[in-house]
Amino acid sequence: MTEVANKTDEVTCTIDGIEISVPKGTLVIRAAEQLGIQIPKFCDHPLLDPVGACRQCMVDVTDDGRGRPMPKPQASCTITCMPGMQIETGHVSAKAEKAQAGMLEFLLMNHPLDCPICDKGGECPLQNQSLSNGAAESRYDGVKRTFPKPINVSKQILLDRERCVLCARCTRFSEQISGDPFIALVERGALQQVGFYEDQPYNSYFSGNTIQICPVGALTSAKYRFRSRPFDLKSQVTTCEHCASGCELRVDQRRSEVLRRYAGDAPEVNEEWNCDKGRFGFEYGRGEDRITRPLIREGDVLRPASWPEAINAAVRGLQQAGAAGDHPYGVLTGGRLTVEDAYAYAKFARVALGTNNIDFRSRPHTPEESAFLAQAVAGTGLGTSYADLEHAATVLLVDLEPEDESPMVFLRLRKAYRKNRTRVFTLAPYASAGTRKMGGTVLPTVPGTEADVLDHLDPTEVPLDANSVVLVGERAATSPGALTAVLDLVHRTGAKLAWVPRRAGDRGAIEAGCLPNLLPGGRPVTDAAARVDVRAAWGTDALPSTPGRDGDQILAAVAAGELKALVVAGVEPADLRAPATALAALENVDFLISLETRISEVTARADVVFPVSLFEEREGTFLDWEGRERPVHPAVPTTQVMSDLRVLAALADALGTDLGIRSAAEARTELAELGVWAGARPDAPNAAPLQQVRPGPGEAILASWRELIDDSRGTDHAGELLATARPTVIRMNLDMANGLRDGSPIKVAWGEGQITLSLEIASDMVDGVVWVPRHPLSRGTEHASLGRLGAINGELVRIWTDETDPAFPAGGNEGDPR
Amino acid sequence: MGFLDDWAGFGVTFRTIFRKKFTEAYPAGPRTVKPRFHGRHQLNRWPDGLEKCVGCELCAWACPADAIYVEGADNVEGNNVSPGERYGRVYQINYLRCILCGLCVEACPTRALTMTHEFRLSDYTRADMIYEKQDLLAPLLPGMEEPPHPRRLGDDEKDYFLALPPSPDPATVENIPVPVPDLKGKSWKASWRPEDEKSERGSDSSRKGKH
Repeated sequence: MTEVANKTDEVTCTIDGIEISVPKGTLVIRAAEQLGIQIPKFCDHPLLDPVGACRQCMVDVTDDGRGRPMPKPQASCTITCMPGMQIETGHVSAKAEKAQAGMLEFLLMNHPLDCPICDKGGECPLQNQSLSNGAAESRYDGVKRTFPKPINVSKQILLDRERCVLCARCTRFSEQISGDPFIALVERGALQQVGFYEDQPYNSYFSGNTIQICPVGALTSAKYRFRSRPFDLKSQVTTCEHCASGCELRVDQRRSEVLRRYAGDAPEVNEEWNCDKGRFGFEYGRGEDRITRPLIREGDVLRPASWPEAINAAVRGLQQAGAAGDHPYGVLTGGRLTVEDAYAYAKFARVALGTNNIDFRSRPHTPEESAFLAQAVAGTGLGTSYADLEHAATVLLVDLEPEDESPMVFLRLRKAYRKNRTRVFTLAPYASAGTRKMGGTVLPTVPGTEADVLDHLDPTEVPLDANSVVLVGERAATSPGALTAVLDLVHRTGAKLAWVPRRAGDRGAIEAGCLPNLLPGGRPVTDAAARVDVRAAWGTDALPSTPGRDGDQILAAVAAGELKALVVAGVEPADLRAPATALAALENVDFLISLETRISEVTARADVVFPVSLFEEREGTFLDWEGRERPVHPAVPTTQVMSDLRVLAALADALGTDLGIRSAAEARTELAELGVWAGARPDAPNAAPLQQVRPGPGEAILASWRELIDDSRGTDHAGELLATARPTVIRMNLDMANGLRDGSPIKVAWGEGQITLSLEIASDMVDGVVWVPRHPLSRGTEHASLGRLGAINGELVRIWTDETDPAFPAGGNEGDPR
Repeated sequence: MGFLDDWAGFGVTFRTIFRKKFTEAYPAGPRTVKPRFHGRHQLNRWPDGLEKCVGCELCAWACPADAIYVEGADNVEGNNVSPGERYGRVYQINYLRCILCGLCVEACPTRALTMTHEFRLSDYTRADMIYEKQDLLAPLLPGMEEPPHPRRLGDDEKDYFLALPPSPDPATVENIPVPVPDLKGKSWKASWRPEDEKSERGSDSSRKGKH
């Protein structure tokens, strides 16, 4: 039936004598490409709206479908196929070929012949086009148009206006796709150029894509400038490690050093885009802090040791700790591991350490979240997808700021909003820049009261049905009752649900069983049948049957002396709920094993440190937020260090247990054989919302999330990228600011932490709430954090200003708020 | 058959005695090579000492033996190594691989790379056979200054590249007789490889005829 329905919408035309039927509205150039007929082009891009700027794709329309020829050659990227149309491209029509050759000559008139020093040289569409279709000699002997060059459009994007062919791809991208129209074509005629506001640089999270789509070398990257030539590079297709969007990447390396990363072409995931963090943040492993040899603690210092010595020391420590009680171990894995590595930790904890005390959530979390993940996320496979977002009628965001926390979700929602009129609603205290770009409607929410708002959603205002999607972010865990309310809402309305974590390994860690209440494949620890499954697959008799402690409980148990040894991998204590408590626990635990790529606050407190390979040397899989498998391939040859999985296998051997897996491929096979849990799903969480906190004098409720480019170790050494971070500001509404202007320094404090930020008025901010970036970064400086607040969403912070203004903040405060 | 016939065979001998010696006493004496001999490479300089190499890697691209390794870098304005934006930060030629074919010299867009008459390329280790940039750079002549330094010959790189001898007026060029070997009205190719001549353009064949 559908085929018949489709047929009615098709038109048939003829290109170079070949008949083709295409859906109505298809551009002639797309139809020709379907036939394998290549038409030269510069401005045309399948994901951007047609513009017809470069005029390179000229074709001769000998019959416009009504029996008349079009008098002049037409740009095939702007005309749609009409029934009966006869089109001749440059391959058969001398008229079209002459038009194309003429356009190329025009474009080259003002284009400098600096290919030898141009970064695009060797992979340049204009160069290729000139070589294949252009004239060998120019008839133009006038003076070429020149501009001072290059100029910084932003710190990491350089613009060489001489080379620009005015195709408007970059300006269309920033206007249509990312919604940051900070660049535009200005002036007229030969002086037309890409211009930008001097006082508002092109600081978009997606600016790097303009480099990739530029058909000439007009836009280049400050990072990659003059570093190599295309023929020096070896490319590898892999998946980005910076967030759970799962973007395909093309990683280019020269002499085992990654020089640049481009967005891969994965239409079902990231289309052809990626974010700047994924594109430019790849040098974090090149510092002095990289660990390449095992380290053993000797008194106050860590000394390098051989692998056998370090493994012996680790085994001795674990056995001594184990003598103190019944499996007094804990495992914290962080959220940056591949599925295979996470699976190795999950299996190591159960088989070698005999405990369910394992948690991947190195961020604020709750038992409610554990139950939510077990009920609604684990073992659900590829669920709600990017395509669902694109075609949804309504999307509701709960504690999720897609532009900062999952940039590809943001781009897809913006596309949905532009193309399909998808309505986006978000539970947020104010309309962020990202919300405005998605045409989003804010459902004003004080952080911590999400459950209340969700329970009282007005179905006429927010129409949710089977064609709607509810996206819930990882921050929802910190709002009591929010995840319970989300599940209620989804059951009530039939809307699709997706949990969008921030880190690339989070979804995979759930499937691998890095949770205290879950075994691999989403099997509940408490279910006997599930344990039998796993016991059979692992060939082990003993499997702990009670749910373990989650991350916070593990650290509390260490402090209470109940746990004696910890295995920690890829955890930054600063990300945790209570960094100071966590550091104290790591300091005081009897035995601490750390598997790390770089020196960190954890390795500094460890008894044995095992180096593990960098992401760019890994083989494995990530699961993106959809649950889709995204392959990870090593981009550079592995150096002397091994993956987490291999180290754990060696450690298990030395402990006298066989982990049974030695490589990512073996882990993948074993996990696939185990499959997902088909039995009864665990109960949904049932947490009650808390009473809303009321800010007292000099206090405010904190709203906060991690910005995309902030104080993160994943962006170390990427100076140009950090320079494009957003200004670190504190946002509040006009009433609270009480006469203070934008830019006034405001102090925020919580417990011991205190930071100073400049004020930015957000007029629609909910009263009593201030927004502060979670890990603020001082602009332009490398790794100079402003300090961290430690408070999370929904908590009370104290705010005051040093400018003597007793009336600040408004809200009936008396006396010194400090 | 006469008396001199027995001595006629010595004619060559006697004639050669009074001619200039053809053999060379190398290595005791100097060895001269033809002007276009393909010897060790040299990285040339502009008259003020700035390097001509822009680090474009076209030589490495052209090299059939993969003997050249180049890394470019960004010039610091006022502290230039070459006049333009880009210079060659790393330049290595591996003479264990180099076949001295000269394709790199043809590829060079700035005439930075040429070949010298130095042919004694031998050493004891592999590493020593990889010539670095400092081994290949032309010596500083009087008036040259070791880079980095500001541009001395003009405000921007065009003053360097465009300060070449002016191209002759096309009108006068035609009046200069071009010496063409007598090929009886045919080009060199036409007389030796007529099948190639069909695909050859007229202007090209006359140029080739000179060689």
